[in-house]
Amino acid sequence: MNAHSPAIILHNVTTGYHSRGGNIEITRHIEAILSTSELTCLLGPNGAGKSTLLKTLASFIPPLHGGITIADRPLRDYSAGRLARTIGVVLTEKPSLNNMTVRELVGLGRSPYTGFWGKYTREDREIVDRALQLTGITEFAARQIQTLSDGERQKVMIAKSLAQQTPIILLDEPTAFLDYPSKVEIMQLLQRMAHEEGKAVFLSTHDLELALQISDKIWLIDKTNGLRIGTPEDLSLSGDMARYFERDGVVFDPESGLFRIDTRANRPINLRGAGPRVAMARKALRRIGFIGDELTESPIAVDVTDDSFKVNGIVCASIEELLHAVRNLSAVADNDSL
Amino acid sequence: MNRRTTMMLMAALVLSIILFLVLNLLLGSVHIPARSVLAILSGGGEESEIWRNIVLKSRLPQALTAIMAGAGLAVSGLLMQTVFRNPLAGPSVLGISSGASLGVAFVILLSGSLGHVALSKLGAIGEVAITMSAIIGSLLVMAVIAFVARKVRGNVTLLIMGVMIGYIANAIIGVLKFFSAEEDIRAYVIWGLGSFARVSGGQTTVFIVLMLIILPFSFLLIKTLNLLLLGDSYARNLGLNINRARMLVIVCSGVLVAVVTAYCGPIVFLGLAVPHLCRGIFRTSNHATLLPASMLAGASLALLCSLVARMPGFEGALPVNSVTALIGAPVVMWVLFNKRKSSI
Repeated sequence: MNAHSPAIILHNVTTGYHSRGGNIEITRHIEAILSTSELTCLLGPNGAGKSTLLKTLASFIPPLHGGITIADRPLRDYSAGRLARTIGVVLTEKPSLNNMTVRELVGLGRSPYTGFWGKYTREDREIVDRALQLTGITEFAARQIQTLSDGERQKVMIAKSLAQQTPIILLDEPTAFLDYPSKVEIMQLLQRMAHEEGKAVFLSTHDLELALQISDKIWLIDKTNGLRIGTPEDLSLSGDMARYFERDGVVFDPESGLFRIDTRANRPINLRGAGPRVAMARKALRRIGFIGDELTESPIAVDVTDDSFKVNGIVCASIEELLHAVRNLSAVADNDSL
Repeated sequence: MNRRTTMMLMAALVLSIILFLVLNLLLGSVHIPARSVLAILSGGGEESEIWRNIVLKSRLPQALTAIMAGAGLAVSGLLMQTVFRNPLAGPSVLGISSGASLGVAFVILLSGSLGHVALSKLGAIGEVAITMSAIIGSLLVMAVIAFVARKVRGNVTLLIMGVMIGYIANAIIGVLKFFSAEEDIRAYVIWGLGSFARVSGGQTTVFIVLMLIILPFSFLLIKTLNLLLLGDSYARNLGLNINRARMLVIVCSGVLVAVVTAYCGPIVFLGLAVPHLCRGIFRTSNHATLLPASMLAGASLALLCSLVARMPGFEGALPVNSVTALIGAPVVMWVLFNKRKSSI
């Protein structure tokens, strides 16, 4: 497949479930293209239909309407074996596996290629070795699955889908339950899979910040607005980011392209200086309700220099002391005005 | 666990089978010298007719029956535990052995109450009737389960359905017992205790041949079983047709239980315990290892139980079901205690 060519094309797709009372439609009329060599993140609040869309793409459930095409062939025409060689999945559910080594589990990714007895050829073994190497888990190939941490186990499942050698990899919240460094590691790993191995990597996640920083494309989904697709930057500029996620207490900062907590800072403060020390002072002051810069008129003035913070001339050694001084001054000012 | 250790452990299991087989032939309530046993087995005609009968028509068939039944039950239990991903699943869990019991109860109890014929006194014809009714009963239940397996999605749902079918069968047996003559009930209870000695003569050959045909089929399921370990979604994504796989495994396991139960009665415990034992010893969940290991360990344990049941002093009176649990349970507990965090 060429770089950035369409891997999956969705045409007028409606996802949902068949049920006794009729069809339950989740997301309607999806028009979308998932590209190779790109890391695409599916973002949306809980209950927006992320899992249903992923399951539909993975062919676990059929779409209610419309057509999904992979490599110019409708998805429904794919045999089980061919599908297994086209789409690899990594799921949220932890397989309850015991007494199985990492290498054995990754080896199961070769199942669509092995024969009736599941015997591995030398080529299969080389592919498994490479998958272990790419995900950085070669050193614990002999360990048992149940001894791994959540992050390590997630890498093993990703290695399994690499061994599966599919042009498309779908992942359902691969960063859930991980600590922050592991989340970043997994995201970077997936980005490498997309950029270096040319795979179409598609994942759902709740880690907005990470997704906005690392993904090539974002699919935004929710119940009222349906699906929007674009680069994180385009979606920021168009206001879609703000529309999908802003609510009480959360604001989208169009400068940084990231979300932050709305602290409702409204008390003026005069803040002077430059560099990271000022940025930190601004962040801390905003948390306690003060906002301002060097042009703001206020009885309280903060002067940030390279070795100290000064509040109306009082020298503070740390931000903690700075906040303390600002609180005292504002309490005095409040009493005076009464 | 590397290949060599695995092969060594397998060899140890084979040796234990040979050892227990020899002991089964040598030991019993009647003392027969080892040299005479050897002579009888090699076809020498010098020994007394009674000794010949004991060795060739009692001890040897009983030992061979134990080997086949043990192997079959262990494999059946392994299959059930894997397909339901439930450590407590065993051959009896889907109500398949209850089906066999129901069939036997119908024949033993109804023939007595309605036909006024005590089957237990009919000899060979009675034996065949019991075997056939057990097979028909369990296969009927299995057909119901297989039908349900196509309709319901969840494994737990299917498991509960199986357990419910077992309850229904037991309830019907209870009703039958209530209306039956005491000596028929006794015949049924004795069948229910399980025995490797119940089958005799030509029937032993039929049983062994049947098992030799059915057991190898389980080897065809190795890849499927390994994929099932990953859970339905992952297995499906790797190209496995879940419904068909589940059906094949259940049918293979069910037929094994049906045949063993028909010939030996409902033997509990071996099917549940042996797979755990093997996972503990071999420290793997790869069925390419577990399946042959369970087969060998099942045969070995069954031989040991059969030996204990016939120890001098017990006079062949100990029911196999008591022995399997008495020997097997501590062994399994020991294995579970002796390893850190592993096994299902």
